[in-house]
Amino acid sequence: MKTPLAVIVLAALLPLLAGEYYINLASQIVIFAVFAASINLLLGYGGLATLGHAAYLGVAAYLSAFLYLKLQLAHWAIAPLALIGTTLMAGVFGLVALRATGLGFLMLTLALSQVLWGTAYRWVSVTDGDNGLRGLARPMPFGINMNEAMPFYYFVLVIGVFAIWMMARFVSSPFGATLRGTRDQPRRMSALGYDVWLIRWITFIYAGFWGAVSGLLFVYYHKYIHPVSLSLANSAEGLLAVIAGGSGTLAGPIVGAAIVLLLKNWASAYIERWNMLLGFVFVFIVVLMPEGVVPGVKRLWQRRSASRG
Amino acid sequence: MATEALALDGVDALYGESHVLHGVSFSLAEGRVLALLGRNGAGKTTCMNTVIGFLRPRNGAVRVFGEPVQRLAPDVISRKGIGLVPQGRRVFARLTVKENLVVAHQKRGGAWTLERVFELFPRLKERQAQDAGSLSGGEQQMLAIARALMGNPRVLLLDEPSEGLAPLIVAEVGKTIARLKREGQSIVLVEQNIQLAFSLADEVVILNTGRVAFSGPLDQVRTNEALITQHLGVF
Repeated sequence: MKTPLAVIVLAALLPLLAGEYYINLASQIVIFAVFAASINLLLGYGGLATLGHAAYLGVAAYLSAFLYLKLQLAHWAIAPLALIGTTLMAGVFGLVALRATGLGFLMLTLALSQVLWGTAYRWVSVTDGDNGLRGLARPMPFGINMNEAMPFYYFVLVIGVFAIWMMARFVSSPFGATLRGTRDQPRRMSALGYDVWLIRWITFIYAGFWGAVSGLLFVYYHKYIHPVSLSLANSAEGLLAVIAGGSGTLAGPIVGAAIVLLLKNWASAYIERWNMLLGFVFVFIVVLMPEGVVPGVKRLWQRRSASRG
Repeated sequence: MATEALALDGVDALYGESHVLHGVSFSLAEGRVLALLGRNGAGKTTCMNTVIGFLRPRNGAVRVFGEPVQRLAPDVISRKGIGLVPQGRRVFARLTVKENLVVAHQKRGGAWTLERVFELFPRLKERQAQDAGSLSGGEQQMLAIARALMGNPRVLLLDEPSEGLAPLIVAEVGKTIARLKREGQSIVLVEQNIQLAFSLADEVVILNTGRVAFSGPLDQVRTNEALITQHLGVF
């Protein structure tokens, strides 16, 4: 329990030490960590690799921007509508995607999200196509102006911590144990009386919900949403962050999100082909620590303290 | 006559094109122990897989307390009261011992709770917070049995519980099964260890290449050396 608290305290102290650029970067990391953590529910605890999770981030963001810009609703009304709408969509998508597991599941999630991506490009009257929806203002909870980097960061941090805590509780609950059981031995779980499909479907919806939460934060941060947020590249980046950080661990998606965004931001300032660098880093991680950075470092640390010991 | 707990009635089962069970019939009365014996490949595990619903019989019926279940899914059959301790144990290696048990809990008005299971297997209580994958083979077998008991099964299927265990541990497993029998648990025991099976069984069914070669009370087998030699090998 000590480590998570220490991380939260450090994250809360960050704006005292860092400038606006880094505060904004930290906001993006927290948002991406929520997104990655929701992928981790499926990949790390359910054994279901998805390549379509950007769908939930993107649709929640689009819904929110559409309702704000075109229907001029208020944020307090929009947020629940966007979350409910996206979660319902996850329910329907789950019915389709969970017809299969493994590679079939991967392809179905990919196909579903590609449909949305294509729609976002083509349905110009709603999405403004390739221009994206712009002009969104950030919400002002309790009248606090969130256009400054610091208040927005705290807003994101509070929601991010809550989101990750809720996901951690989910996987450590008795239901989470059944989920991990279906990951390791689905047949055994059915012989113990469980409807494996139902367990996966509930998890799929829950992961979709938290993906939607990350999408709201995402659109508040950028005040803008473009079809690229629904793209395969975005889904894949989330998946890679989970794998690099360590799937099936609490800290893995957070560390993975930090790695991806730090690399993106630092490297892109110096190197034109920063995508290549990102690729090399992933190869490096997967070769050296196939289980991910968090379990990998833990293993090295234990070995070191054992040899000292 | 005692209540029929489990019955196979003319079951034909196939893996793809290969015909594994040929009209297999036997029944288990409530509170009894039936030993299902036979050489490797005789179809013992296939029988178990058919009962739990992993494999649907092509023909024939499987009844649990008189109710046909051969068309139902494994989770539904399990909730009808079938508990399976699978061959090779198959505990959830990355779940803790306690999680393995809690996950398996079905009330069904039965007496088995976490406390009672821990009382039966004190070793598991000591190790409840450990990942099940870190247990020894014998402990994993205990956990597999304990996990099945947590479901409060009306019929317990044990698929080769002595496989790969040291003799001392086998004796312990035997004692546990004997205790369950005394408590009135209906059991199907699949075994290669014939002594162990004979020490526990009321009834014996011998399978040979997917057919029932013998079915009857234990006394008729124990004394019939020809039968044993022919179908089970010398022991």
